[in-house]
Amino acid sequence: MFSNNRLTNILIPVISVVLGLLSGAIIMLIFGYNPISGYAALWNGAFGDAYFFGETIVKVTPYILSGLAVAFAFRTGLFNIGVEGQVFVGWLAAVWVGTAMDLPMVIHLPLAILVAALAGGAWGFVPGFLKARFGVHEVIVSIMMNYVALYTCNALIRSVLTDNDDKTEYVNDSASLASTWLSDLTGFSRLHFGFIIAIIGAIIMWFILEKTVKGYELRAVGYNPHASKYAGMNVNRNIILSFIISGGFAGVAGAMEGLGTFQYMSVNNAFTNIGFDGIAVALLGGNAALGTVLAAFLFGTLKVGALNMSSSGVPQELVDIVVALIILFVASGYIIRWALSRFKKEEK
Amino acid sequence: MDYVIEMLNIRKEFPGIVANDNINLQVKKGEIHALLGENGAGKSTLMNVLFGLYQPEKGEIRVKGEPVKITDPNVANEHGIGMVHQHFMLVDTFTVTENIILGAEPKSGTTVDTKSAEQEVREISERYGLKVDPTAKIRDISVGMQQRVEILKTLYRGADILILDEPTAVLTPQEIKELIQIMKTLIQEGKSIILITHKLKEIMEVCDRCTVIRKGEGIGTVNVSETDTTELASLMVGREVSFNTDKEPANPKEDILHIRDLRVKDTRGVDMVKDLNLDVRAGEIVGIAGVDGNGQSELIETITGLRDAESGSIELNGQNITNLSPRKVTESGVSHIPQDRHKFGLVLDFPIGENMALQNYYQKPYANMGVLNYKEIYRKANSLIEEYDVRTPSEYTPARALSGGNQQKAIIGREVDRSPDLLIAAQPTRGLDVGAIEFIHKKLVEERDKGRAVLLLSFELDEIMNVSDRIAVMFDGQVVANVKPEETNEQELGLLMAGSKKQKEGDS
Repeated sequence: MFSNNRLTNILIPVISVVLGLLSGAIIMLIFGYNPISGYAALWNGAFGDAYFFGETIVKVTPYILSGLAVAFAFRTGLFNIGVEGQVFVGWLAAVWVGTAMDLPMVIHLPLAILVAALAGGAWGFVPGFLKARFGVHEVIVSIMMNYVALYTCNALIRSVLTDNDDKTEYVNDSASLASTWLSDLTGFSRLHFGFIIAIIGAIIMWFILEKTVKGYELRAVGYNPHASKYAGMNVNRNIILSFIISGGFAGVAGAMEGLGTFQYMSVNNAFTNIGFDGIAVALLGGNAALGTVLAAFLFGTLKVGALNMSSSGVPQELVDIVVALIILFVASGYIIRWALSRFKKEEK
Repeated sequence: MDYVIEMLNIRKEFPGIVANDNINLQVKKGEIHALLGENGAGKSTLMNVLFGLYQPEKGEIRVKGEPVKITDPNVANEHGIGMVHQHFMLVDTFTVTENIILGAEPKSGTTVDTKSAEQEVREISERYGLKVDPTAKIRDISVGMQQRVEILKTLYRGADILILDEPTAVLTPQEIKELIQIMKTLIQEGKSIILITHKLKEIMEVCDRCTVIRKGEGIGTVNVSETDTTELASLMVGREVSFNTDKEPANPKEDILHIRDLRVKDTRGVDMVKDLNLDVRAGEIVGIAGVDGNGQSELIETITGLRDAESGSIELNGQNITNLSPRKVTESGVSHIPQDRHKFGLVLDFPIGENMALQNYYQKPYANMGVLNYKEIYRKANSLIEEYDVRTPSEYTPARALSGGNQQKAIIGREVDRSPDLLIAAQPTRGLDVGAIEFIHKKLVEERDKGRAVLLLSFELDEIMNVSDRIAVMFDGQVVANVKPEETNEQELGLLMAGSKKQKEGDS
């Protein structure tokens, strides 16, 4: 009795996306918009010309990394809902290193990214440590850490990085991911080299989890902490480590914004949602490295393409509804799974 | 003949396999009818057909002579068929009564009439001698009690035919005795029982007739009074089975495990092991006998590093291993076949091959510079799968998909292969069929003959008597007696386990 689980795992997100798009079309019809021209505008807004394509990749890059952060924690049995805050501290750390120092690029840029990862990791350490040491649920701590991050970053920008200004200096060229070549190539979009770092991040996650001794332990602890303890693994240390690595990915997502897209950090009144969307990205990507990259691509496409939908008269908010519907269908994946198995039964 | 249930020529297929073929089961009114077969023989499938969870491809079901179609469990209930599953389906935070009436709540107006329900539950409980407190919460009562609640549930719904799916697997010897009494009372009150089991002794003790299934096929029905366990076992397995583990007399050498004045508290802070002394020597199997809950689990958890001792010492080969981490204990030469194989022994979602590396994944040649060598891991797994006859579609199959016996063989392969000085086997044959039990006992004796110290914990007196060279009886956190299996019997052991002091002091 072999099962074709792998096929089902690929089919479910694909079907979810199709169902999401279909229900979006139905909603557009109900409100009297033309779904075909709506989706055409969406497509053009994401891939219509080089500029849009560049902007899509700009959007996708942090999504990949925040998705990896959530997926990594999920795979080890933890829910890191604090990716948002970890993105903030990573962003700030990267900009800080990028503005305050003057170093050769080969040192400066990697250093800025590394410090961002460490900052995110340090932020992740807190919920990990509290869970391991005192059994405090990681969701509660990591949610609250988001607010701490948001307002701490704002305070630091106003009082330390600037003199009561709302926006930091631009990072030095030696710490910047931006490239005039990439920008020229894509009709002066903000496209930067960050996407390469995001892809490397995905490869690192895959390598850690699937190939290393630590990854074996982290997965084992995620599936069954009792058996892991029995096999001599240090469960608590692995919980903390998992949160640090997860936070590290999130910190690098922040660095993408700080060193690439914006080159500065401004005071934020609200969350960027990069971290929260990362949860949906990870879910859609089945918590796997490649899946996360593909899901981030879909999310970025929808978000950027949405900006163009209003040109066909469809309100931009509708795209948010479609995105939400896709997530809804993914989250209720077991319904699709059930339908698929039902389908198979009918066949025989 | 007056049959309450007849299942005739039943055939049930699943994609790729035939789970039941040509099986006949006829149950008389007022009898206890055993359904015997190895793990995976198709007993549960057949009962799920009867209970309406599966539809058979072929065959006929008759209830009290009338042909019926049982399309779902509700239909089965209407025909008076009730089933007590192996894994209980109870809501932990509800009371006994609330669980029993769940889905069939008596109403007074718009509210649930708990009072009268409680009264009714109490009446049924008394009539059949179940001794269940209708107001107790499920989470506060023992596993044995929970099982009785399940039985009550079927009776409350008016069942005349009860299917009990391996009811004794989760029970202590005392609880088994009580269950057998309950079954006898049920029969006197005119109920019929189908008992799914692979424990031959229970069949001999309580059943009237027994239907045997082997590899999905009906082998036949025998009268229990005209047969014996040897015949039943060979009918079930399809070959001669030996119950007595063949072994030479032990030849014990130096002390391997040396425990002195060990004190251990459980998670709630209650003293479970109290100044315990125990030695296990190279080349002998020491069996720990005792009623569950007398500190055996805590003792083994403490030896293996899963639990900390309050005081006292544990020495392995003269080295102090008290309160070392599980990894350190393992590396110093201890292997541990854990009591709960799903909770501790396996990561069920990992492939069986990766599970076999669970104790040495970080060592060469399975890992190098922190990177796993899957080729080596799976090469090793394959050789263990072959050597220990683990039946799995492939080494990449998740451990979850294997049967209990094969999961256990995989664990035993992993633990024995490390050539430990001390092999701890906690209930190694729980829930397994005679074929697998025979295999595991043989392995334990083999390890002993290689000069290893073996510590066996079991709640099955048969197993203790059969396999051990020396029996250490635990009662109330202490070893109260050391006896030789050939110099004792089940009565004496039973008394010792219940706390009465041994007559001949100090002859161990």
